[in-house]
Parts: sequence; C-alpha cells; structure tokens
Amino acid sequence: MLAYLIRRVLITIPLLLGILCLSFLMLKLAPGEPTIIQQDLQARATGAQRETLRQLYGLDKPIYVQFGRWLWRVVRLDFGRSYSPDGRPVLEKIAERIPITLGLNLLETVIIFSLAVPLGILSATRQYSVFDKATTVFVFVGFATPDFWLALLVMILFGVQLGWLPISGLRSLNFEYLSFGAQVWDLAAHLVLPLLVASVGGLAGLSRYMRGSMLEVIRQDYMRTARAKGLAESVVVYKHGVRNAVLPVVTLLGLMLPGLLGGAVIIETVFAIPGMGQLFYQSAFSRDEPVLMALIVIGASLSLFGNIAADVSYALVDPRIRVAKRREV
Amino acid sequence: MARDASAGRQGQVAWRQLRKNRLAMAGGSVVLLLGAVALCAPLLAPYDPAAYDVKQILLAPGPQHWFGTDQLGRDVLSRMLYGARISMAVGFVSVGIAVLLGTLIGTLAGYYGGRVDELLMRFVDLMLNFPRLFLLLTLIALLRPSIWVIMAVIGFTGWMGLARLVRGEILSLREREFVQGARALGAADARIMVKHILPNALVPVLVSATLGVAGAILTESGLSFLGLGVQPPTPSWGNILIDGKANIEIAWWLSAFPGLAILATVLAYNLLGEGLRDALDPRLRQ
Repeated sequence: MLAYLIRRVLITIPLLLGILCLSFLMLKLAPGEPTIIQQDLQARATGAQRETLRQLYGLDKPIYVQFGRWLWRVVRLDFGRSYSPDGRPVLEKIAERIPITLGLNLLETVIIFSLAVPLGILSATRQYSVFDKATTVFVFVGFATPDFWLALLVMILFGVQLGWLPISGLRSLNFEYLSFGAQVWDLAAHLVLPLLVASVGGLAGLSRYMRGSMLEVIRQDYMRTARAKGLAESVVVYKHGVRNAVLPVVTLLGLMLPGLLGGAVIIETVFAIPGMGQLFYQSAFSRDEPVLMALIVIGASLSLFGNIAADVSYALVDPRIRVAKRREV
Repeated sequence: MARDASAGRQGQVAWRQLRKNRLAMAGGSVVLLLGAVALCAPLLAPYDPAAYDVKQILLAPGPQHWFGTDQLGRDVLSRMLYGARISMAVGFVSVGIAVLLGTLIGTLAGYYGGRVDELLMRFVDLMLNFPRLFLLLTLIALLRPSIWVIMAVIGFTGWMGLARLVRGEILSLREREFVQGARALGAADARIMVKHILPNALVPVLVSATLGVAGAILTESGLSFLGLGVQPPTPSWGNILIDGKANIEIAWWLSAFPGLAILATVLAYNLLGEGLRDALDPRLRQ
C-alpha cells in the first residue's frame, strides 16, 4: 500500500510541473502585458517609467528565466505581490478567502451526501416506482439547469418577491452591531440560497450514481443468500446492501475536489461572496498574474490530490484492488 | 458489400430501439425544432433583435411582446431566437473541435501503444487536472472574447474524455482478427486506423458528442453570464441573463425565459444522447 502511495505521488509531480509550465506559458504568450494595463490607468506614465516597471517585475528577462525564478519562489511558498493597486502579498489575499470557499464547499458536500445517499437507495429499492421516476426527472432537470440561472430564480423568488432571504454577500451591513446569536442567524440566512444553488447539480449526479451502485448490489448473490437465510428485508437492504453500495460513492469525494474551485467562481460571483472563486474572476479580468498563477497552483494541486485520495480510498475499501495493485507495483 | 448490409441492418435495429424510447424521441424532436428555429430566426423573429425603442422599456410579457422587452426596449423573443443561433453554433463547432482532437489523440495512443500512448495519456491527465473553468476564464480574458475564441477554447479544453474513450475502444479492437487480417494483407497503419478500426469505434463517439453539445451550450451560456462569452450587442442566451440580473428587482422575464431555453436545450440533447447510447450499444440492450 505504501509503495503504491509513493509511486502514485511520484507520477503526480511531473504532472503538476507540466500544468504550472503550461499555465505560465499561457499567461506570458498572450498578447499584451500587465504593465500596459497599469499604464492605462496612469495616462502620464512615460515609456521609461514603463521600462522601470517591467524591470521591477522581471518582465524584461526571457520567459524561461522568469519561469525558473517564479518556480523557485513557489517552492518556498512565496507567490509574490498582487499587481492590483493594493499591492498586497498574494498569499495574504488568498488566505483570507480560503476559509470562506472551503467552508461553503464543506457544507455543500455534507448536504449533497446526506441527501443523495438516501435518495439513491430509495429509488433503487423501488425501481420504476413513482418515487424513482420523480427522482429520475429531478436528476435530468438538475443536470440541465444552469446554476447561475437557478441562482437568479431563487434570488427573484426568495429575495425580491417574498423578501425572506438576503441575496448577496455573507453579512448584513449592521453585522457589527448585532448580538452573537443574531450574527449567527444573519450568516445562516445569507448562506441558504448559495448552498441551495450549489447543491443541486451535485445532488443530481450523486443520487444517480448511488442509485446505480445500489441497483448493482441488489443483484448480487450475497443479497440472495442473506434473504435465503431468512433475514428481515430491512436488514438485507441496509446492512448487506447499503454498506457495499455506499463504498464507491464515498470514494467520489476525492473526485469532487477539482470541481470545488470552478463551481465557486460562478456561485461566488452571482451571490457576491468574497471567496477564492470571486478573487479568480476579478484577477482574470484585471490580469493580476501573480494571483492567477497562485490560484491555478492551488486548484491543480487540489485536483491532483483529489485523484490520489480517490484512488487510495478505493484501494482501502476494496481488498481486490489492493491485491491487484500490490502485484502491479 | 456484406459489411454495408450488416451496418444497414444494425442501423435499422438501433432506429427501432430509439423509436420505442419516448423520452429520447421527445429530446430528438426538440433538438430538430431548435435547429430549425435557429436556421429560420430572421423569418420567425417578430422584431429586429437590435432595434431599441425608448418608449417600450422593460415591458412585461404581453400580446405585443410575448416575452417582454429589455432595458433598451428590445424584444426579448426576437433576441432569444437569434441567441439560439449562437448557442447552436458554439455547441456544434466546439464539439466538432473536441471530437476531432479527441479521436485523433485517442486513436494514436491506442493504436501505437507503448511510449506514444504513455506520453499522450500523460498529456490528457495534465489537461484533465487543469481546473477547467480557470483555464476557460484565463484564456478568454487574455485573448478578448469573440465567438471564435469561445468556440476554440471550449473545444480545446473539452476533448480529454473523448480521447480516453476512443483509446479504450481502439485498444480492444487493435488485436481483433479483422485488424490482423488487414495488417497481414500489408495495409498501412493509417489505412487500418481510418478504414478498419475507427468505424467500429464511432458509436461511443457519436453518443459522447451528442452529450457534449449539451455541455458546450451550458458552458457558453455560463461564460456569457460572467461577461466573457459572446459580447453585446450580439444576443446570446447567457448575456440576456446578465440584463436579467441587472434588472432582477423589476423584470423577472429577462431572467426566466433565456434560462428556460438553455434548460430545455440541454435537457433535449442529454435525453437524445442517453437514448442513442441505449439504442446503439448492443451490450447494454440485454
């Protein structure tokens, strides 16, 4: 197992390097340069001043030198300073946003799993029933619904028409003056709509997957054996069935990691939530290269780590894979 | 000759299967209808999609304007009809790019195996681990959005799944008797790949392309909504929704109808794709 893990990590390093190299090239080879944007803001800046800026950022050096320098700094976890007017260290800018995006995603994952697993089990055990058909309709519609549109609809319904829930940000303007209890309540109210919208797509996918997994398990011989032993149907389904069906679904957690930041871009932009997705969106527009690169590094690492986690957890829960891998290594 | 006849029979069987699947047929009809609407947009649109009228700003849906008007007094229905063209064009062209690239890379990797395979599949892994929305946003922001850039970028970031799929198919076909036969007769690699192997791998590609169109339309509308898609004044479903967000308190129709159109289109392509898979894949039929 350990050997497998080490090998898995080792093949990941060149992948990460490749991604970094490609994204660096992409930013550098694109037409224009960040100093031009800064110069646009300062109409009186002269060519000489621009040259000074380029030297300051090291943009006058060849690309491979820039990449080497950048990579060496990244290894030491130094992502430089943002090109935006505040000029703050990139890591600081990102660090204050990580808890927001991470917290949202954690809540979202909990919601998705706690709803999708029972939903999948129920529709599998009642295959072709009205409930199963209704769930299937929900799954197809859920897949096809654009999340940004769903966001607009719930904003119109619950925010504008009914006036029940706030539609942007994480806190009310008077947050500072509220009591602690009221602050918690305020935060929760702001989270309802973003979480609702963020969960629909994942819920559709995961409940479908759970249903498939459960259907497969139901047809297994050991289920028939359990029934033949005279066990109660509920014991057969929940103890023998669900336990086996839920394993592959749990390993999906790792594969959900890459989607984490991508999904955050849209949700955070629509609901004006100051997380990493919003930061990425703003930085892409203002071509804040240090911030963009740092976010790509984080995103790609998360994705690669998620893959490893999925493989390893799969091997952990399924002894057959573990044995096969050991022979392979 | 014999192969053509059996291919024809296979097609008939698949068609019969597909016709029995009511959901897939419904999806297929909507797909055809949308295609017709997009083609005939100039004939169907009641108004000029770009004509604004300051006296008709933000009118609710009514007999004059079925889907209402926007903040410049433009007719939403007409804009959506023209927007259908953008969605269809982006869907087809970007999926076309993805299919070409994916099939090419998957075939080369599967057929040659060994080092070529290793190298190409590592590249696929690399692209798959690039957070896709990041890649899309960065590329489009850097290159300035235009419909061509959007089609190209969606296509070039969406071929990896197909490459894996095709590679898998090719691997299972490569050692079959008819391929060995062709090789024994002295056929060149390229000829074996194009004439003998690829036709047998087309079914999963077709299914995946149908589902891919749905995905591409969804992606384009998302990019438009973020302001990085097709740029105004050209209407697209996604950028009408931006106006919907700006006028969220007063004009629900600006948000409701374009989103519904996206949903219906994506749903239709997904249903058709799933139906095709069930009908064309004999392994699933039993």
